[in-house]
Amino acid sequence: MPESFARFRRSHEFWLLMVIAALVVFLSIATDSFLTFQNLFDLLTSYAFLGILAAGLLVVLISGGIDISFTATASIAQYVTMLLANRYGLDWFTVFALATTVGIACGAINAVLVDRLNISSIIVTIATLNIFFGLLVFVTGGKYIYSLPDWFSKGIYWFEYIDANEISYGINLQILALVVMFALTWLILNRTNIGRQIYALGGNREAAQRLGFNVFRLNLLVYCYMGLTAGVASLTQAQLAQSVAPTVLVGKELDVLAAVVLGGASLMGGVGTVLGTILGLTLLAVMQNGLILMGVSSYWSQFFVGAVILISVSATALSSRRKRKGAMTA
Amino acid sequence: MTPNKLQNPLLGLFGSLTSDVINRRLVILLVALLVSFGLIVGENFFTMATMQSMAFQLPELGILSLAMMITLISGGLNLAIISTANLCALAMAYILTKFVPGSEGFAWVAWQVIAVMAGLAVAAVIGLLNGFVIAYLGVSPILATLGTMTMVKGISIGMTRGNVISGLPDPILFLGNGTVFGVPTAMLIFAAVAIPMAIMLGRTPLGTAIYMIGSNEQATRFSGIDTKRVILKIYLISSLLAAVAALVMMARFNSANASYAESYLLVTILAAVLGGVDPMGGFGKIAGVILSLVILQVISSAFNLLSFSQFLTLAIWGAILIAVTAVPNIRSRLGLKT
Repeated sequence: MPESFARFRRSHEFWLLMVIAALVVFLSIATDSFLTFQNLFDLLTSYAFLGILAAGLLVVLISGGIDISFTATASIAQYVTMLLANRYGLDWFTVFALATTVGIACGAINAVLVDRLNISSIIVTIATLNIFFGLLVFVTGGKYIYSLPDWFSKGIYWFEYIDANEISYGINLQILALVVMFALTWLILNRTNIGRQIYALGGNREAAQRLGFNVFRLNLLVYCYMGLTAGVASLTQAQLAQSVAPTVLVGKELDVLAAVVLGGASLMGGVGTVLGTILGLTLLAVMQNGLILMGVSSYWSQFFVGAVILISVSATALSSRRKRKGAMTA
Repeated sequence: MTPNKLQNPLLGLFGSLTSDVINRRLVILLVALLVSFGLIVGENFFTMATMQSMAFQLPELGILSLAMMITLISGGLNLAIISTANLCALAMAYILTKFVPGSEGFAWVAWQVIAVMAGLAVAAVIGLLNGFVIAYLGVSPILATLGTMTMVKGISIGMTRGNVISGLPDPILFLGNGTVFGVPTAMLIFAAVAIPMAIMLGRTPLGTAIYMIGSNEQATRFSGIDTKRVILKIYLISSLLAAVAALVMMARFNSANASYAESYLLVTILAAVLGGVDPMGGFGKIAGVILSLVILQVISSAFNLLSFSQFLTLAIWGAILIAVTAVPNIRSRLGLKT
């Protein structure tokens, strides 16, 4: 135990945790509204969409690839699903099955192109982002879907609890999906053979290939998993927004990337943890929430997010350089 | 593996054979597009008006693509070009609307010059920040510029509260909307940055160093080149190009805003890569990028004439990128020589 704690103390996650803890303590003292059940509940609900996508992107980054097209995938998934749900009155199981199927199909297209064409994944997914998004808006004419099925609009509330101010809390769709997807991602990465193979692929592709890993199958799995998370995330977003708009999600892909990268995942592949991603997302969420609660104009929030990203990536680069230098002299 | 690595800088230096192949492929594609659009749209497609409207639209994306291209050649990436351009445009527009007097005269000219200088200065600061973080702190270009992109856009939003600054003096508007002997001024500005850049990349030690860094940074450093200084210069140039794009953009829209042209960000990468720039670094020529910009513009204008949705244009652009980059792969699979 002490040894593993010592290792944890040197990790990226530890520093993130310290920064978040300091922020939380500060905000709890400085504002009345931060450490309230309602605020934390709202925070979780509103960041679920980014969080679920972050879980998927983490897996892609660990495998040494990158995906930019997932917002377009999510837009297609929610549009198709809600269109059919309105027409045929589906249920929870079928909407999720549909959305994830659409997501997985888009992911498979990415995987095939990345693997077979031998082009870097960022270029492939920039191209597919344009293709998916362009076709979606072209085919739908950019029309919003305003009315969703009643049962979907109502969402789910498990263990509902209504406080003195008549505000109800519970395990809602967003929180449930967020927890399930993070748990699933953790299981895949840490408790399965496939997970070890994904780390190995990202760490050294050549070696993974020579060891006899089926690189195409791994790529297929990774990009399809990203598509699956995009499908799930798209439904939580549609439920929260109570509408589907084909143009609102595209453009958020770099926000998700920022959260995952803050969490310590490397763009070179092979590095990254679910805990780190959760912490990276938490840092962004708590900071943006804190700025608003402190009365800083919301117009400035993006500036602080950018500054934190820049400082964090610089600090990480500096410390890894120091480690390398230390290793060389030792 | 190693002999190839050693040859790469040399190939980049003398204009590799592959990039000529890419140019040939792009020319064939362009001719095919012109012929088929000519058949579909009719002779309308070849009128002076169509040509001129293309020449008005191309420079914005064109200059931004050059700003992206120079970083791609060095094996990097600059995600901050659009936000840089917007902050520069806002700085220029602020001075132009606040300080330029109504009557023509010395102060009228001076303030306009100061405004443009201020825009370039803002770009220089951002470029140096990017370059410093990437070269001297060793942060990967995607992450560093993702941070500055967010931060710079944050400054723009914070200062303007998301509002538009509009109403610019005539000489500035001329830069975006005027013509000289029928050629749009914006096109002349594009030529005025593209030609020096082509010379810089192809004929100067700095250009050589940029290609070499893109091929193998470590080998370049060991060959006695101060790679950090070169990288600093790359991001400085990229930022200054964004400022030039800002000038054209601002003049065309007669306004500036924190979030104009954001959809261009990934399109600039698409244009550069379609033009034969290797996203891993080391390869790419201005001529190829210009060809690719013309191709993208021809598609967009033809679709516009056919009154297709601009989103269909986006989809086709993406498909063309995949098709063109896939060609060598498919050929090698079939056992053909390129």
